[in-house]
Amino acid sequence: MSSRARREMLEGYLFLLPWAVGFVVLIAGPMLASLYLSLTSYDIARPPVFVGVDNFSRAFTLDPQFWPSLAKTFYYALVVVPVGLTVSMLLATLLNQRLAGTNVFRTLYFLPHLTPIVATALVWKVIFNPEVGLINTALYYATGVKGPGWLSSVEWAIPALIIMNLWRAAGGNTMMIFLAGLQGIPAELYEAAAIDGANAWHRFRYVTVPMLSPTVFFNLVLGVIGALQVFASALVASRGGPAYATWFYALHIYNEAFVNFKMGYAAALAWVFFVIVLAITYFQVRLSGRWVYYAGEGP
Amino acid sequence: MAARAHEIAQERAEARLGGVNQPLLYAAAVVLTLLFITPFFWTVSISLKQIKELFQFPPLLLPETPQWGNYVQVWTRVPFGKWVVNTFIITGSAMAGTLLTASLVAYSFARYKYPGRDLFFIATLSTMMLPAEVTIIPQYLGFRQLDLLDTFWPLIIPAWLGGGAFYIFLLRQFFMTIPRDLDDAARIDGASGFQIFWNVMLPLAKPALATVAVISFIANWDEFLRPLIYLNTTEKFPLSVGLRFFNNRGNETDPLDHLLMAAAVMVTAPCLVLFFCTQRYFVRGVITSGIKG
Repeated sequence: MSSRARREMLEGYLFLLPWAVGFVVLIAGPMLASLYLSLTSYDIARPPVFVGVDNFSRAFTLDPQFWPSLAKTFYYALVVVPVGLTVSMLLATLLNQRLAGTNVFRTLYFLPHLTPIVATALVWKVIFNPEVGLINTALYYATGVKGPGWLSSVEWAIPALIIMNLWRAAGGNTMMIFLAGLQGIPAELYEAAAIDGANAWHRFRYVTVPMLSPTVFFNLVLGVIGALQVFASALVASRGGPAYATWFYALHIYNEAFVNFKMGYAAALAWVFFVIVLAITYFQVRLSGRWVYYAGEGP
Repeated sequence: MAARAHEIAQERAEARLGGVNQPLLYAAAVVLTLLFITPFFWTVSISLKQIKELFQFPPLLLPETPQWGNYVQVWTRVPFGKWVVNTFIITGSAMAGTLLTASLVAYSFARYKYPGRDLFFIATLSTMMLPAEVTIIPQYLGFRQLDLLDTFWPLIIPAWLGGGAFYIFLLRQFFMTIPRDLDDAARIDGASGFQIFWNVMLPLAKPALATVAVISFIANWDEFLRPLIYLNTTEKFPLSVGLRFFNNRGNETDPLDHLLMAAAVMVTAPCLVLFFCTQRYFVRGVITSGIKG
């Protein structure tokens, strides 16, 4: 190896150093540590005690909140992801019509996304007030129906969080990414399709959908991971309640780790979560071959 | 000529939505705007109400006399000023660390060849999908071991260790677009690798650095879980955690919704102002993340 190449290599590693240290200390090390902790009983006060897979069997069989919190998390994600993606895509399509004033609309749709999550949760708590809140007042005057208790109702608390997070996220990054995707579709494709006699639906189905599918895939993968981690909005707006109605899985981990200080058990819960997220992402990548079209992708 | 251009634009627009007429689209755009904006209006309106107006039915759209004093009360009833200072310290220090170390690492990924580089880059990207839950417990225990709980350090140090995968990715993509001739010219003039980074790359990367600065500012401003677990003392809270005080009030019984809303307005305002001033950079950053997903 020439001395120049050698020097270059060393310099490259040197500049990489902050990342390398961060990766070991903040990612790889903690992952291994939490894997070890998941096999222990550890309450911070005394050293960890090895307990084998006890934490996992306790989670699966004894913990009264384990399965319910998983179910609630999936319920939330299964609604918020498809509805969110659809709304974001419709918004992006609307913004792609080149209406005059599009920039203003785009900015206004994006504003909720910039509202800090805690502020959003506290504000929407007031908006969802069953008696004098914005939603139920509007509902009452529009339809004469008396609205539900929202965050104070077991059935309506999760839908309330879904509405709140859709408001915050639908016009946010996801919409912007869709818009960029739409704008990246060459106009010639639409023109060629039109010349071949394709109607609006055909153009949408055979041009927009395949050309946009990588963008959908990207937003879907990140959207699912984000939705499964739902935490701050539920902790602040409903504190996991009422009666555990919004006790999502991330809340359960947080509570075991930083309220009850059962670090070993919480690490086991976290690893279960990690495996679930990994499995879902893996299947999404596997299935993507069937519906995601990469234009210009070589063999 | 202009008419023809207009015709073509029209055809293209129609190619997109198959000629749904414009007024209908405008109506949709305006209705959506109202849906997104009304909560802001409602927040500001309540923030200016008197206590007796809070639970009036039907609620007043606007308070009879705006109570600007509510905004002052937020600063006197809770240590709001402290929280503002804390937030700026944490956000500023983290942003500085991210700008410096993420760009250095990105420079290494973009310009150097060494064994393992592509593997490390893929590892960086995959950490974007790693749920924080898996690493947060050992991180907490580590900072506890270092006796750094209830200090700002656990919120700042990680930003100085590469700053996060997204920022590294964004800057690396930008550095890749800078022609190598510029490095080579500087190298012939005897510049060291770091000098090239500092004097050639960084000045050229200003737009990308601005993007990183804005996005990391907003992300740190918004950060909730980490300050929540690392900080115990009320006086050390950032705004995101302190804001909950209006929610979790202890013995106080009078309603605080109006103060909560005033506080929410003040916490949100810096993000909106920053966004309005730097929209260009912000949008570009978001879009980069989606390209080549």
